[in-house]
Amino acid sequence: MRTATLIWKTAVVSLLVIAANVAGNYTLLRGMHDFGEVATFAPGPYIHALFTPWVAAGVALMAGWFLLRLVLLSWADLSYVAPITAFAYVLTAIIGHFFLHERVSALHWAGILVITLGVGVVAITDPETTPVHAAHTPERPH
Amino acid sequence: MIGAIIALVVISGTLGDLLNSLGMKRHGEILDWSAASMLLTVRELATNWYILASLPAMAISFFALLSLLSVSTLSFAVPMTASSYILETALAKYLLKEKVDWHRWVGASLVAIGVALLSF
Repeated sequence: MRTATLIWKTAVVSLLVIAANVAGNYTLLRGMHDFGEVATFAPGPYIHALFTPWVAAGVALMAGWFLLRLVLLSWADLSYVAPITAFAYVLTAIIGHFFLHERVSALHWAGILVITLGVGVVAITDPETTPVHAAHTPERPH
Repeated sequence: MIGAIIALVVISGTLGDLLNSLGMKRHGEILDWSAASMLLTVRELATNWYILASLPAMAISFFALLSLLSVSTLSFAVPMTASSYILETALAKYLLKEKVDWHRWVGASLVAIGVALLSF
């Protein structure tokens, strides 16, 4: 059922999932860049990197991203969540262009436009199309 | 070799998403946003077998993607893995029984094409 509450909470949690993904990727990348190259399968350097501020923040954001995505999946379809959260690609490119002054090619702008269109088309569908029950409430006998 | 790694990235990533979705459909809709309820939810998820099984699948997908990027270029790797949006939509329809109308097919296809374009 496409109620106002459902639309609002889906929009808010989707945006949080996307924001946590973009911020997590950025902080992890920045942290690993500062930490230096780790070209080994040995766990030592990775564990050491975990205790640097940027990497720790990145891991916390990715954990938040994972949990928020589970929250969203508790009512929304996978065929809704997967394309919608791909908007993170668009946000990453836009932040790269406007804040990090990265060059965005014509092909990349085309990609940004096509993803945004795709997200828009999925966003107008009903987020939940399978029966959903509430958590923490034991099912009542009929 | 590269084909096998691409398959591993797509299959394990899709499997992880399917398990997450199944686990949360079983868990039920999260309606209570209080801190106490959130803690209870995390505790429940730690014993939800679908969610637990999704963790190794997601880890395999992540490390397979890293290894793919080390043996191929971004502009080859990403378009190949973008196909997972179509695969997930198909599996959501046939395994999870979601009602996937033409909007979702068109949307997922556009997203896959757009993600592929971003990698060139």
